[in-house]
Amino acid sequence: MENTMDTCKCNTQIRNITVKKHGTVIIHDVSLDVHHGEILALIGLNGAGKTTLLNAILGTIPYTGTIRFMDSKGKKITNPHIGYVPQNMVFDRSVPVTVEDMICANMSGYPVWLGHKKDKILKAKSMLRRVGGSDSLLKKSIGSLSGGEMQRVLLAFALEPMPDLLLLDEPVSAVDRKGIEVFYDLVTSMRINHQMPVILVSHDLSHVAKYATRAAFLDRTVIVSGDVKEVLKAPQVQEAFGLKLSGGAE
Amino acid sequence: MNFMYSLIDNILPFEWTQFEYMKNALIGIILITPLFGLVSTMIVNNKMSFFSDALGHSALTGIAIGVLMGIDNYVISMMGFALLFALCVSSVMDSNISSADTVIGVFSSTGMALGIVLLSAAGGFAKYTSYLIGDILTVQPNEIKTLFFILIAVVIIWILFFNKLLITSINENLAVSKGIKVNIVKKVFVIIVAVIVTVSIKWVGVLIINSLLVLPAAAARNLAKNMRSYHVLSILISIFSGISGLIISYYMGTAASGTIVLVAAFIFFISYLLNRVHVKA
Repeated sequence: MENTMDTCKCNTQIRNITVKKHGTVIIHDVSLDVHHGEILALIGLNGAGKTTLLNAILGTIPYTGTIRFMDSKGKKITNPHIGYVPQNMVFDRSVPVTVEDMICANMSGYPVWLGHKKDKILKAKSMLRRVGGSDSLLKKSIGSLSGGEMQRVLLAFALEPMPDLLLLDEPVSAVDRKGIEVFYDLVTSMRINHQMPVILVSHDLSHVAKYATRAAFLDRTVIVSGDVKEVLKAPQVQEAFGLKLSGGAE
Repeated sequence: MNFMYSLIDNILPFEWTQFEYMKNALIGIILITPLFGLVSTMIVNNKMSFFSDALGHSALTGIAIGVLMGIDNYVISMMGFALLFALCVSSVMDSNISSADTVIGVFSSTGMALGIVLLSAAGGFAKYTSYLIGDILTVQPNEIKTLFFILIAVVIIWILFFNKLLITSINENLAVSKGIKVNIVKKVFVIIVAVIVTVSIKWVGVLIINSLLVLPAAAARNLAKNMRSYHVLSILISIFSGISGLIISYYMGTAASGTIVLVAAFIFFISYLLNRVHVKA
């Protein structure tokens, strides 16, 4: 396992994160590093604190400890851009918001209730194409998208502006099999082409084995972390998931 | 104002526009209904109709406080209390407790009951019953000026911060990830709603103010395809209900605010049917 936590040129340094809610400790003393160009998978059973950790990184819940972001040269980033693709995003499906409204609201201050400027529409199209979405998505209401379409839109949304860290929370739980492969291929190409650091929360160990480079097994704190293959072989992980990874881990 | 009056005389040479109070009411409605249309889009999107209802009820307590303190202009005491009330209730909503609707219900009835008790103690509630249903025909020229400036201010805020409000309403975590200060955005919105409710309660009334904050957008939602058409429809429906409600109330001798709400409700049902037909087709 890794012992270079304080010397490495990592992107995100998570140190001693503890989150309490109503006096109960949800996660304690979590320390992790995420490096440029790698996908760190957070695995663990339900209630292990994976989503809580993501929320702490996002800054939506109070925590103690430190989270620092660095660029590829090791310089500190004070206002990091975080790309976030939520799990099964809960929203009102009858809301009259089109994909265009949502993407333009994110990249421009021009109020979307007055319409969209042409250059923004062109940019929105290119953002969608980058994640393999077609132009026709723009006019669709976000409530009418399929699971796969929604994940693409959310990924396009997360990638503008180019994030210093990409957080994926069970990103494919509502996506069909083929869509899952497409989605992870996209993320992998982002990781390789832009040296983007990614944190992935996933239940599915076969996805983790296939796409992640490193993994951390969480049970209120980090139990094991390191290279993805080693973590998946660790006895604690094997026991927790109740399986021998002979089949799915390829 | 004289220019506006002669303009109305020239464009609308009808019986109902002869009276100055009808002219004032018409101008008041033209200024205030776009405000209702605008903010109702996000009240409906954020599922805050219960909240705005409670805010309307709290106005009674605001008036009572004004009476007790001997303030002539109740708008000041109402505004103060409404802002306090709105920020308290929105904090309850933010705390993510599952019984938020119960808590708002408690706040709402407390605000109303406290108002009734204080006002009746101060010399009989009957004097203040006009606040329950409001009277748009009492709009004064100086109030029209105030309305005009509020309209301008709200439109400017709506232009500057709507995108942030929209992303926040879709998903708060998503908004946080984009560096949006979600709590500030929500508080600003709540303050806008509180100001609009306070300013207009005298003309629209405690009992039906909420209908005008919900119906325009609820109807527009049945027909709109994107944010622009949603806003355009909501504002148009609001203005149309306001003006036609005023005219109908004049000829039928009914209370203007109630008539306006009925027109808006009628439009809502039509839009609902159109939406059903569209879905089936």
